[in-house]
Amino acid sequence: MSKAIYALYDDDEIMVDGAKTILSKNVRIKDVYSPFPIHGLEIVLGIKWTRLAINAFLYGITALTLALLGMSYFMIQDWPMNIGGKPSFDLYQNLPAFIPITFEFTVLCAAHGMAITYLIRNWTLPGVKARNPHPRTTDDHFAIEIDLSENQGVSAEDIKTILQETKPVEIFEK
Amino acid sequence: MEYIFEGKAKRNTFILMGLGLVLLIIGAVANMMGHHDGESHLGQRIGQRIWTSVYVSGFFFFGVSLAALFFLAVQYAAEAGWGVVFKRIMEGIAAYLPIGAVTLIVVFAAGSLHLHHIFHWMDPELYDPASDHYDQLIAHKEPYLNQMFWWIRTLAYLVVYIMFMRVFRTRSLEEDAMSTDNEKAVFIKNQTLAAIFLVIFGYTSTTFSWDWIMSIDTHWFSTIFGWYIFSGMWISGMVMITLLTIYLKSKGLMQFVNDSHMHDIGKWVFGVSFLWTYLFFCQFMLYWYSNIPEEITYFKARIDDYTWIFWGTMAVNFILPMLLLMSKDAKRNAGFMMFVGCIIFFGHWLDVFMIVSPGAMGPDGTVGLIEIGSFISFLGIFLFVVLGALAKRPLLVKNHPYLQESLHHHIN
Repeated sequence: MSKAIYALYDDDEIMVDGAKTILSKNVRIKDVYSPFPIHGLEIVLGIKWTRLAINAFLYGITALTLALLGMSYFMIQDWPMNIGGKPSFDLYQNLPAFIPITFEFTVLCAAHGMAITYLIRNWTLPGVKARNPHPRTTDDHFAIEIDLSENQGVSAEDIKTILQETKPVEIFEK
Repeated sequence: MEYIFEGKAKRNTFILMGLGLVLLIIGAVANMMGHHDGESHLGQRIGQRIWTSVYVSGFFFFGVSLAALFFLAVQYAAEAGWGVVFKRIMEGIAAYLPIGAVTLIVVFAAGSLHLHHIFHWMDPELYDPASDHYDQLIAHKEPYLNQMFWWIRTLAYLVVYIMFMRVFRTRSLEEDAMSTDNEKAVFIKNQTLAAIFLVIFGYTSTTFSWDWIMSIDTHWFSTIFGWYIFSGMWISGMVMITLLTIYLKSKGLMQFVNDSHMHDIGKWVFGVSFLWTYLFFCQFMLYWYSNIPEEITYFKARIDDYTWIFWGTMAVNFILPMLLLMSKDAKRNAGFMMFVGCIIFFGHWLDVFMIVSPGAMGPDGTVGLIEIGSFISFLGIFLFVVLGALAKRPLLVKNHPYLQESLHHHIN
């Protein structure tokens, strides 16, 4: 069972400065909780660049292929449809008519795929129990989380002393 | 911080002008030697081809500088902070407007004097019911499409654009010289000016597209044509801003332009490429779907006789930027942006060629030495004027209220 110490701040700039101080003392920060994205924080924490965009591209490519395959099956092979006198004998000749639907389907799948991937990856799906350490981190406060098992070399008391220097409004354990 | 335009760079622009001219002459001579039939029409055909190539390149580079002026106005009207570091580049590109305008006027005047037949409707016999060449459809357009009114419109567009360009450029130096306590004064005046310009530009970009380009295919009409032409100009302008910035950065200047700025301008190149594709396809698909003879002629002439260029512009201007400029690393890599930018820039010149040539040259239009020579010559003139204009003032503005925001621009 891992134990964590949290420092709660009421200002994002104080929190970012605090994070810099904590890291400079060789204490590892596990995560930061904030009600909004903070510019430059991911650089301070050294968080790796997201791979969500690569996922989006893969979902888009999949959707593009599916839409074209689907339409060529529905509209050309299974039940050839003649709409507005257009030939419906092969995909190439009908392509312009399929582009808008293909485009929409690509956007739909890429957007939903991204949203669902994001929710699963963060485990914030609807109905999942909230994991934020303090209710006010969804309102107007910011929390730094320090996992004790990640910081074997430093005692809990030392960490608290370091945290105290960074002017938090509260320090608590969970 | 100042750019000095002399020595090698200046010589290279002259080399471009000369090289283009030589290619054009070689192309014309080769063309004359190659044809032995129909001697009487030969000179006329070569003449028509040269005028068309001059018009394609002349209009293309005019469009590049007009797009820079448009984007400058957008920056003010939208109170955009990030792009202030590019302001002098935009002003520099816009400085080509008078030369571009002169090019257009020369081509139009030659058309009015019947030295070429790019503008078929300028033939007065078309409007004369007694003549063999009487064309009822064109004659019906006479209230709008007559030379008098057309010339008034043309000159009005050009004069208005050049006036706006000059005021923006003058005020930019005024702002530099101002004391820092009322730094917002020029900005607020420019904001009003930009809003007025954008309204005028919004209407006139559509009407000049009708007058200068759509009137080449006189019988044909398209309501979205103005946007299509405008989006092509805009993307060429954005690419030119990017390329000039990369060039100046490689000379050790403009170090205040950081990766974030290059990333954002790269996003613009990517985004406006999509805008162009959207409008291209939007125009194409509606005509393809309804398949009405009088409307489909435009695409029939292009797809049948200019197959490779028609679909090639689609590949170069849509698929290429979509795949190559999608990632963040690609947009931040100067060498890569330079490479892709040059291809897109040429791709949009090819697009203008594809718009103009079938109407002006019929099915015979090709991209040969004459067209390439014309492009290279105009590129030389364009760079000579623009780099000269850039050298006349510091590359970074002073006292602009958003300057500090722009210098500290940072995105991930």
